[in-house]
Amino acid sequence: MVALVIAEHDNATVKGATLNTVTAALQCSGDVHVLIAGSGAAGAAAAAAQIAGVAKVLHADAPGLDHGLAESVAAQVVAIAAGYSHILFPATASGKNVAPRVAALLDVAQISDATQVISADTFERPIYAGNAIATVQSLDPTKVITVRTTGFDPAAATGGSAVVESLTAVAASVSSTFIGSEIAKSDRPELTAAKIIVSGGRALGSSEKFNDVLTPLADKLGAALGASRAAVDAGYAPNDWQVGQTGKIVAPQLYVAVGISGAIQHLAGMKDSKVIVAINKDPEAPIFSVADYGLEADLFSAVPELINSL
Amino acid sequence: MKVLVPVKRVVDYNVKVRVKSDGTGVDIANVKMSMNPFDEIAVEEAVRLKEKGVVTEIIAVSCGVTQCQETLRTAMAIGADRAILVECADELQPLAVAKLLKALIDKEQPGLVILGKQAIDDDCNQTGQMLAALAGLPQGTFASKVEVADGQINVTREVDGGSETLKLTLPAIITTDLRLNEPRYVTLPNIMKAKKKVLEVFKPADLGVDVTPRIKTLKVSEPPKRGAGIKVPDVATLVSKLKNEAKVI
Repeated sequence: MVALVIAEHDNATVKGATLNTVTAALQCSGDVHVLIAGSGAAGAAAAAAQIAGVAKVLHADAPGLDHGLAESVAAQVVAIAAGYSHILFPATASGKNVAPRVAALLDVAQISDATQVISADTFERPIYAGNAIATVQSLDPTKVITVRTTGFDPAAATGGSAVVESLTAVAASVSSTFIGSEIAKSDRPELTAAKIIVSGGRALGSSEKFNDVLTPLADKLGAALGASRAAVDAGYAPNDWQVGQTGKIVAPQLYVAVGISGAIQHLAGMKDSKVIVAINKDPEAPIFSVADYGLEADLFSAVPELINSL
Repeated sequence: MKVLVPVKRVVDYNVKVRVKSDGTGVDIANVKMSMNPFDEIAVEEAVRLKEKGVVTEIIAVSCGVTQCQETLRTAMAIGADRAILVECADELQPLAVAKLLKALIDKEQPGLVILGKQAIDDDCNQTGQMLAALAGLPQGTFASKVEVADGQINVTREVDGGSETLKLTLPAIITTDLRLNEPRYVTLPNIMKAKKKVLEVFKPADLGVDVTPRIKTLKVSEPPKRGAGIKVPDVATLVSKLKNEAKVI
């Protein structure tokens, strides 16, 4: 039994979510390989070889693998799948895009968002926006799994010394083309990897106020910025800041919810945070039922006061 | 161009589900059922493409119990032209649904299939990608914008950190994200009209698909409860608690 982790990377480095996925893989099998499928991705392959617990890194390099198109990456994974009992992806936008494609091509089911490995074929995963936890057993020979990163500690990024083996890249006939991307450049930590998150809701009232009130607090705390779906729908914050069932699932050390009422869908995305602070002027807001520290106050006076006392 | 829009009947998103005391699942007896919200966005997008003259016929599809007919009627009230129910009383998992939909692609030859990115009951986020793989078609998942022109479709996708745009050659598979559109309200005259539209019923066997589940649910349990916290009287107390008690700042 060997487990294969499909790394998330930017060709130069390996993204943090890969580390949590390696931890999950090591719980499925003692022997873990990592696939780096990319273009000019020797840097990422070298980084993957350093991850503690990884026995071998497979490096497939081709221009067609540059943008991680699902069609190309899936073909690459399927080409080497035969030797593996488990194929694991981080449950990120890119992992979720590719994994089901791989599973279908192998004619096996996929376990989505595994939060715990019970045994080599049995896993826990949340359903109904985290309002229930299902224990599921895969009856297929190959287990294709996406791993909810907040369920597993990251493997150490250094200390390993895996061999790097080059693979012949598979040429998939692909009828999709990458046109471009708009990725916001930011000095802030990435939302899903941040230790502290400051998140705002509809009570902020406008995108200007969202920025004016929350940015200084996030700066002071070295935090990432998040938002509730209501705030994103109202245009106060960009789409990819959304924390919740259908947005990002986060579990930072500290989550500061400002003017967020706490709809079920939002709680599903942040209730595994270590410490939750809620600032809201509605004493009945559901967010207080999950908050370790609730402050019933007007955010427009409380947040500036908080910034001053930090 | 024909477009196929699969829709799923799920527990309404406003219902807080309860886990059954015997741990076999969640209690869905007597709870309100609705169309999966992402699928509603998919139907709406298909209708908008038809209104733009890009699409000529919209076929709504559902796989599941007899009552899915209601979901299909809703899809037709939004604007789908006809509907297909693949009736099956047993549990259908994403791989099985993808195989049923693949069989319907072969039958109907649509230029586009638009699905919701995930169902809010099992939260799987698999069917669209699996269908694309089985049908050998390009996929544009988590779409926040689509534009069809000259046998191709430009799809803007929501990805971590922002968005990216892909150009897919039709036929193609699209899955919808939340902000693709805001579905219209269904009007009474349209509900009445939908009752007269054609709804065909097949069984999985008619389509030659084996729908045996590949994943066994051993147990469904309540998530661990978060211990109730405290309310702090003022900002100073909050800062002191975070520094000295929680030690997170």
